Amino acid sequence: MTSNPFNDPGLAKRHRKARRFRRTTQLSIAVTMSFLLFFLFDMGRTAYPALWQAYVEVEITYSKAATRFTSMAVGKDYRPLVSRAWLRNIPKKIEADPSLMDTTQTQWVLATAQVDQYMKEHHNTLKPDEAVQVEALREQGKVALHWNTRFFSRGDSKIPEYAGILSAIVGSVLTLIVTMALAFPLGVMTAVYLEEFARDNWFTRFVEVNINNLASIPSILFGLLGLSVFINLFGLPRSSPLVGGMTLALMTLPIIIVSARAALRSVPASIRQAGYGLGLTRQNIVKDHVLPVAMPGVLTGSIIGLAQAMGETAPLIIIGMIAFIPDAPGSFTEAATVLPAQVFTWSGMPERAFVEKTAAGIMVILLVMMTLNAAAIYLRKKYEIKW
Amino acid sequence: MFQTDTRKKPLFRKENLTVAALLLASTLSIITTIGILFSILFQAIEFFKLQSFWTFITGTEWYVGHNKSVFGAVPIFAGTFMITAIALLVAIPVGLGNAIYLSEYAGKKTRNTLKPMLEILAGIPTVVYGFFAALTVAPAIVELFELIGIEAAYNSALACGLVMGVMIVPVITSLSDDVLRAVPGSQRNASFALGMTHSETIRHIILPSAVPGIISASLLGFSKAIGETMIVVMAAGLRPNLTWNPLEDMTTVTVRIVDSLVGDQAFDSPYTLSAFALGLVLFVITLVLNMISLVQIRKFKKKYQINSL
Repeated sequence: MTSNPFNDPGLAKRHRKARRFRRTTQLSIAVTMSFLLFFLFDMGRTAYPALWQAYVEVEITYSKAATRFTSMAVGKDYRPLVSRAWLRNIPKKIEADPSLMDTTQTQWVLATAQVDQYMKEHHNTLKPDEAVQVEALREQGKVALHWNTRFFSRGDSKIPEYAGILSAIVGSVLTLIVTMALAFPLGVMTAVYLEEFARDNWFTRFVEVNINNLASIPSILFGLLGLSVFINLFGLPRSSPLVGGMTLALMTLPIIIVSARAALRSVPASIRQAGYGLGLTRQNIVKDHVLPVAMPGVLTGSIIGLAQAMGETAPLIIIGMIAFIPDAPGSFTEAATVLPAQVFTWSGMPERAFVEKTAAGIMVILLVMMTLNAAAIYLRKKYEIKW
Repeated sequence: MFQTDTRKKPLFRKENLTVAALLLASTLSIITTIGILFSILFQAIEFFKLQSFWTFITGTEWYVGHNKSVFGAVPIFAGTFMITAIALLVAIPVGLGNAIYLSEYAGKKTRNTLKPMLEILAGIPTVVYGFFAALTVAPAIVELFELIGIEAAYNSALACGLVMGVMIVPVITSLSDDVLRAVPGSQRNASFALGMTHSETIRHIILPSAVPGIISASLLGFSKAIGETMIVVMAAGLRPNLTWNPLEDMTTVTVRIVDSLVGDQAFDSPYTLSAFALGLVLFVITLVLNMISLVQIRKFKKKYQINSL
């Protein structure tokens, strides 16, 4: 009997080994993906209660006494339940509408964070008799969780039930306007120079090495640059969207340059040669024929850069954008804070009620980031040209 | 019949202007690098005028007081490397496993779903990871070790390192994936033709070829971990602590930088200036890592004559 020369007695073992190896790599991707899902779930679960806020229905007496000592507006029993921050607005309300003076109205009023946390069954410092009172009011339907519009329409506050995210959103928008206004044109110009005009000499190589390095320098060092150059040397206002935007622009620049170069490189040479054949100058070819074709790629890269700049925190902390900002900034030079910095500030607050606010702020960041990334992917898919 | 373009001269002059403007824009990246280097260097020199460089590099005590301060940065470096090491122990195996799965086993459809998910993971801001580390991971670790009777700190190096590892996974995954896919198909086919199984091909042929690229990816992850700020600011300790125990709190270079710059101390006090000395160390280390990483990837590209990557 002739033995099969191809028979390998260890073959079954080798195949088992191969399967085991394959399973190991599958396990690693499964671990990564389940982390992502668990993480999103955990954040969403923590953030969800922030969409609701406790309100109490009480009688508010608008009187002269109430304009001086705002807590006088509420009956004594209800005082520990009603938000002090809300009551502070009573004089302003009377000023806006004088007919309110000396009237008593039954209103839904913002409750304190402790009542809010009690209603959500989180840890709270409500006294036992207060808890009984809240329980009784809840049965009468006089305490309830309402949809929390305040969170999206108000600025920051040290009082948890009053804190909102609007000032941080406005700050982020202003900062990112500065970032993109600087980084987009400068990044595209650099990419055009390197791809279309530059000769292969020491200067070009030096620029390339620098771009590569900038892309991987820790972000906090950009903060040190912003602090010593923009603030201390140029004397620009600290904590302002202007300085923040300029610092972030330097960080976003390499991302835009790299993606714009890739987009320009993918434009076939025949387009340029056709242009030369028609007697166009290089400038015309690039401006009217190469750049428009490469634009979707350039925009995709810029959106990804924008999404990264939006989430960046460390350099902005260094240049002081973690200031307490109760009102939305109105200009590029006013002190402002940004979304991730607001999240950072809230995460350091001792009150339990800030935990859900922090998570809600994070969900806002993640939603904006995912929308931007989805837009980038859509752009890439829709305008991708296969030559 | 053909007319000469009389505008020729001004047209070219205009082009020269454009090129000059573009050239100017591209010098910005050089200016930024030099700006970062000098803004850190000058303040660091001020610091070393006040404090001894030797103590800074070799001293094991970091103490800031009203009258007397000692700036020995060894405990800070140790904390940084401990957390970074934990992060890399998580990120390199998982990242490499992901890359092998994506480049070798996954079908096109699986790839197209997994890639965007990895992009989401890569895009999560570090402040979010920091919150996650402090709120979820650190207490879980404390409880876990309590079960076996070991006490862990709420701001342990382990919690920071684990979360930081997750943060670096997408970096190492996507770079290694690119590298593995760039290994020429002829090598794979030759191995299959000799009767090697898929896993043998990967382990003995593809991975060895891709080693420079994988080293490059890991070094990039390393430099990202060292420079990472928000996770450690939110979840690591403030106290410089020289220990081998990852369950204790440790501090890092970036934490000290943030801590000394957000305080209300005078800008020229040694405490504030120490941030720049630490920043200089960070700059030099990441620069060296990036350079080695670039050289490695260039080596890989040269060996297989790859133009992309």
